[in-house]
Amino acid sequence: MSENYYLPEPMRIVRRYDLIKDVRFFQVRALAMERALAMQYLPGQFMMISIPGVGEAPFSISSSPSRPGLLEFGIRRTGVLTNELFKLKENAVIGVRGPYGNGFPIAKIEKHDVVIVVGGLGAVPLRSLLLYILDNRDRYGQVTFMYGGRKPDEMLFLREFLELRERDDLNCLLAVERDPDGKWPGEIGLVTSLFKKLKKIDAENTYALVCGPPVMYKFVINELLKLNIPKHQILMTLERRMKCGIGKCGHCAIGSIYTCLDGPVFSYWDVIHMKDLI
Amino acid sequence: MTLKNFYLKCTNLKALKLQKRYLKDYLNSLRKYGEVFGPVKKGDKFIYDRLDDLDRLDLSMLRTIVPAKKFLIPPRFNTFSFDDKGYYAELENIQPCVIFGVHPCEIHGIMILDKLFTERLPDIYYTERRRKTAILGLSCVPDDKCFAKSTNTHFVEAGFDLAFNDLGANEDEYLVWVGSSLGDDLIRLRLDLFDENIKKSDLDKYIKWRNWRDAQYKLEIDMTGMPDIMELSYDLPIWQELGERCLSCGACSMVCPTCPCYNIIDRMNPAVFQGFRERYWDSCMFKEFALVAGGHNFRESRASRVRLWYTHKLKAFITEFGRPACVGCGRCIDTCVVDINVKTVANALRGAEKSSKIEVK
Repeated sequence: MSENYYLPEPMRIVRRYDLIKDVRFFQVRALAMERALAMQYLPGQFMMISIPGVGEAPFSISSSPSRPGLLEFGIRRTGVLTNELFKLKENAVIGVRGPYGNGFPIAKIEKHDVVIVVGGLGAVPLRSLLLYILDNRDRYGQVTFMYGGRKPDEMLFLREFLELRERDDLNCLLAVERDPDGKWPGEIGLVTSLFKKLKKIDAENTYALVCGPPVMYKFVINELLKLNIPKHQILMTLERRMKCGIGKCGHCAIGSIYTCLDGPVFSYWDVIHMKDLI
Repeated sequence: MTLKNFYLKCTNLKALKLQKRYLKDYLNSLRKYGEVFGPVKKGDKFIYDRLDDLDRLDLSMLRTIVPAKKFLIPPRFNTFSFDDKGYYAELENIQPCVIFGVHPCEIHGIMILDKLFTERLPDIYYTERRRKTAILGLSCVPDDKCFAKSTNTHFVEAGFDLAFNDLGANEDEYLVWVGSSLGDDLIRLRLDLFDENIKKSDLDKYIKWRNWRDAQYKLEIDMTGMPDIMELSYDLPIWQELGERCLSCGACSMVCPTCPCYNIIDRMNPAVFQGFRERYWDSCMFKEFALVAGGHNFRESRASRVRLWYTHKLKAFITEFGRPACVGCGRCIDTCVVDINVKTVANALRGAEKSSKIEVK
């Protein structure tokens, strides 16, 4: 008999704290140590998380497979399931299955310059890729991380990213639209305003990775195209309703593809070529 | 019997004859394998139902309300139960059964479901039911809603365990194809009822019947080039018009032999911490189909949902598997109360294609 992909694996919440208001960080671990260490995934993949009796939904993985043992998620309180997740404390057991999706093409990106552009909650899946690249730094060219938010208290993983600004092998650029307290150490403006601080890149040999709120894409992609980065090397990760994660339930279907199998990472070429993607 | 002779005998069982008067006896013997289901009359329509009483079997059935997919993907079932100690997959209750009277178009529908559910990360609830469900096909003569000839699904070479060919009301015998190892086993339950001696005259009769039957298709729908036409029609007002007419009732999905979509929900026993994860048929015509947490709906408008349904049937499946996901069974034509079906949509698109304002440079 083949594997039952629908059965979740019980996992324990080992740590949780609020990243910002209504977005909480969860560290999750398989009950048995061997299972926890054997968990393999790619940056950009997602897991189906469930609470028995409440429901199940897809969540991007925020940790990097280069740091095995713990799975990390940044979860926004927005519906029935996430509301219940926010009530759970350390040591509570939840159901987890996956990983699913294509993930970022980490091998293809090797030897290229990398420009990561994120807004808002987009920092969650791209943190996985950023950490992976930093843990395998010699395999990648020049790396730039741009992250924009509305206000300093709406920036996810802020301390972590501020610390990354100290590294000399990463160009870490942070921007907020407004700074009510006047203590913000980064740039003021939209994420697109950070492009002027981008060092010269080899556009043909650059991968750009984008994730953020829908309004952001148009402006960011415009900037990336102005830099002459090829359309198929501009990658983005998309959201859809999903019930199975294995290309069966149909909710994430777009034309002939399933976001859960063929995505959630798509290129800008895919987006203009396949209608309905964004 | 020597082993060699035994195997020769096996390979001989590719086509056999069965006297029509033995059919009920034979179906009765299949209870040794599992419960037997077949077409029975319900009001002025037909359904597949349990044949505890074989006299209820109605061979005049042309199309059941709901297709045989209900045996492979039940409209509602528990995938697993859970309590405070863990999860328990519900696979044991999948029992062997026999479905008799499945027409060729529907067998093609099952083969399309096979592609979706058994390739790339197989769905164990489907593969287990598929493995244990014997599909016994039956040939048919089309009515004015059938267009299986247009979709090339009016004959079957695979996908069934046994296929019964009725070569005409004046003929006393069915020509029976054996399509699988399980079919071979099922024949052997009552080998005495079958005649293995196929003659040239049987072949002649079969060819004659085929030619006659193929000439009975009154409805033809030109499915060639649909991917291009769908692509070029993406922004045409036809989708808006269809969207305004569609009631979002989802009946087209329920009756379509190839619609596979489902939803999942947890059900709880309120008294104790105990419940199950239920899976039930869904339709991309329903408003919440692509709604995500936070309130964004990727398919808010009815027009976009109607377009998705037809894109998936007539374009996407061709891109992926080289054939449309429509088998010409006519159920959508029979069911949709506002006349949105493969016939009206494909014809409108072909008309739209001719008169469209799209300039192809």
